[in-house]
Amino acid sequence: MNIMIVGVGGQGSLLASKILGNVLIEKGYDVKVSEVHGMSQRGGSVVTYVKYGEKVYSPIIDKGEADVIIAFEQLEAVRYIEYLKPNGKMLVSTQKIDPMPVIIGNAKYPENIEGLLANIETTFVDAVKLAEQAGSVKATNIVLLGVLSKNMDILAETWKENIKKLVAERFVALNIKAFDLGSSVCA
Amino acid sequence: MKKLLIGNEAFARGLYEAGCSIVSSYPGTPSTEITEFVAKYCDGDYFEKAKLENGLVTLEQTALNTVYAEWAPNEKVALETALGASIAGARSFCGMKHVGLNVAADPLYTASYTGVNGGLVIAVADDSGMHSSQNEQDSRHHAIASKVPMLEPSDSHECKEFVKLAFSLSEQFDTPVIVRLSTRVAHSQSIVDICERKNVPLKEYVKNPQKYVMMPAFAKLRHVFVEERTQKLIKYAEKSSLNVVEDNNTEIGVITNGISYQYAKDALGDNVSYLKLGIVNPLPVQLLLDFAEKHKTIYVLEELDGIIEQHCKSIGIDCKGKEIFGYIGELSQNIIREKLADVINNSNQITACESELNNDTVSLTVRESRLTVKSNDDAKTHANVVGRPPVMCAGCPHRGVFYVLSKNKVQVSGDIGCYTLGAGAPLFAMDTTICMGASISALHGMNKANPQNESKTVAVIGDSTFIHSGINSLINVAYNATNSTVLILDNSITGMTGHQQNPTTGKNLKGEPANKIDLVALCKAVGIERVRVVDPYNLEETENAIKEELAISSPSVIISRRPCALLKYVKHNAPFSINDNCKSCKACLKIGCPAISVDNELTIDNGQCTIDNNSKPRVKINNTQCVGCGVCKGLCKFGAIEG
Repeated sequence: MNIMIVGVGGQGSLLASKILGNVLIEKGYDVKVSEVHGMSQRGGSVVTYVKYGEKVYSPIIDKGEADVIIAFEQLEAVRYIEYLKPNGKMLVSTQKIDPMPVIIGNAKYPENIEGLLANIETTFVDAVKLAEQAGSVKATNIVLLGVLSKNMDILAETWKENIKKLVAERFVALNIKAFDLGSSVCA
Repeated sequence: MKKLLIGNEAFARGLYEAGCSIVSSYPGTPSTEITEFVAKYCDGDYFEKAKLENGLVTLEQTALNTVYAEWAPNEKVALETALGASIAGARSFCGMKHVGLNVAADPLYTASYTGVNGGLVIAVADDSGMHSSQNEQDSRHHAIASKVPMLEPSDSHECKEFVKLAFSLSEQFDTPVIVRLSTRVAHSQSIVDICERKNVPLKEYVKNPQKYVMMPAFAKLRHVFVEERTQKLIKYAEKSSLNVVEDNNTEIGVITNGISYQYAKDALGDNVSYLKLGIVNPLPVQLLLDFAEKHKTIYVLEELDGIIEQHCKSIGIDCKGKEIFGYIGELSQNIIREKLADVINNSNQITACESELNNDTVSLTVRESRLTVKSNDDAKTHANVVGRPPVMCAGCPHRGVFYVLSKNKVQVSGDIGCYTLGAGAPLFAMDTTICMGASISALHGMNKANPQNESKTVAVIGDSTFIHSGINSLINVAYNATNSTVLILDNSITGMTGHQQNPTTGKNLKGEPANKIDLVALCKAVGIERVRVVDPYNLEETENAIKEELAISSPSVIISRRPCALLKYVKHNAPFSINDNCKSCKACLKIGCPAISVDNELTIDNGQCTIDNNSKPRVKINNTQCVGCGVCKGLCKFGAIEG
């Protein structure tokens, strides 16, 4: 299975991939998680690959190889469409963040994102709102993990144990709530 | 215990387990985390355990059980420090990115002659694909030219194990050993088996000028030693467990190294045989000849330069590599599938009748992948997806400086760091970027060539880069006298690589208090009389300073001082907001702040986004991103930005 997490630098996709990776190790899979540091931390487009199975070789997911893409931002969902398998799924947070070419008026943010994703099995989630409900916008990443968990055959408890392990103690309750809100979204 | 670790953390674990005790590095993506992670062993969980078990611990035991790690001012200093520690008898390490090895090349080439006492391992992280670098050089050339053995792991577990072996080889063959990483190995996580630390006592130092004083008479003898050592290393490479043959009884043989092996396995599976080279310098001969003899067709899969391929051809192996895959960027499983399928089909080496079942599978996979690639392409084509380049963060202290430079049409000699982003839209305030420290020296050269430009050009350089090598360039400005204007963008941290301390921050790698360089006094000491400090959040002050120093006929330094907005200790102001005075003139957008944008009314209802295209576009400030720096306020003529 190949899962891609795409978003904008600073949205917390690294923590999400770390939790996911640890959950998968616990299930006995071979796991590889790939990320690129550096320029991507400066508000650029960020992509993380999570691959698991009996044996994983390449750490990257190539075009046409992703089973699921979790997009933390709508434009980023569209950017990586070609990485999906023909029957792949998209989980998209409805958040929109203008990239610099849009901010300075050199380009327009695509208006018809739903139309562009029309032929793909897509779940839109207002993850930012759910994270706010849980207590902080910063838990948007964990809300989306919750949504993902409904697409995977792994017990909620396993997810929560790993959230406890990898999140600072004072934020655990908030993140567990965020996970629960995410996993209650129909996907 | 099994853990999911990025290659760099596994590398650090390898240093710890191997009994490495001295680390000196300079940060550089994608190598930085090795030293950051190994520094965590400074306190030593091992040491704590020993303390609990034994009650008291002697000073010697403390040194033995922990790792000392530091950020050096540059890679040359770092490698010399590690070599010194090795000569003193400690297992030592030095880490850097590919271009860092150019800076450290001077000690490297002679360290090859002196050899080591305690093992000396050097990490060099290449950046094929240039995710975060100014060039795409292949560090294997340095290993070949300096005659130093080089190992190359292909995943995190190998990172850890290769490091441990590198120390043994270093001591066995009396040589520094380089371990080469690529971005994908350094920054991808895979499963690692954690082991205990092996304590390695300090070796005795014995005075031996014939080995350590590299003046001609002694160096001539050591060169003989180096050539003999290379022959021994070749023999070792013939039999080493690091060079692995996976014979799948196939017609096609693939010779590969590092991350390319993983891509090849993904693309070709067991349909070809592999010779995976874990030692990339020196390369074996007989091992390659034997492998080539068993296979009808040989492909060499390596990123960047065709070093293995050229070696194979030089020993008479008929093989293909760069003519198919080229020299540029990264490989991937799709690239290998596509390119090799074409070659296999065109060359008719495997015709329909003679192809075995497993080779059919290869072509099938290729066909499938091509179909897949096409299927979702259409949607993207329609989308006209606008790019999302990295930008200076909201509140970045560099922004004001570049705004002023752009506004005054100043020619800018740039350098390496976050501030290289000043080259991009909307400020476009950079003319050149070459290498660490080059901003000041290149400006000096430009001004010598065309003195009339002295009043129109500046150099910009960050605090860490200035200490790295910019200081030498400033000495040249003072000594050989140009009226150059140098801007030191002092954000009190090494920013681009993810916040490392440096000699200007007053803290060491562990965040403990350390000597802090006084930049003003330093610049004055090298002979620059005009040195002033400005706050880049104050556009007027910054602009006046730049204009004045450009106008004056003497060299000058302007220190733009304001800590990076992402530093945890930096207190942010309340976010600014736009009031009804806004005329939508968009003047505030000219500074390129990611927290300011123009939007139509947007509503999110029940998970569905709706945009009202009839509403008037309005400027808004994102209150989760804005840190209240107030730079935008100075650009608004209507008093519409408040905070």
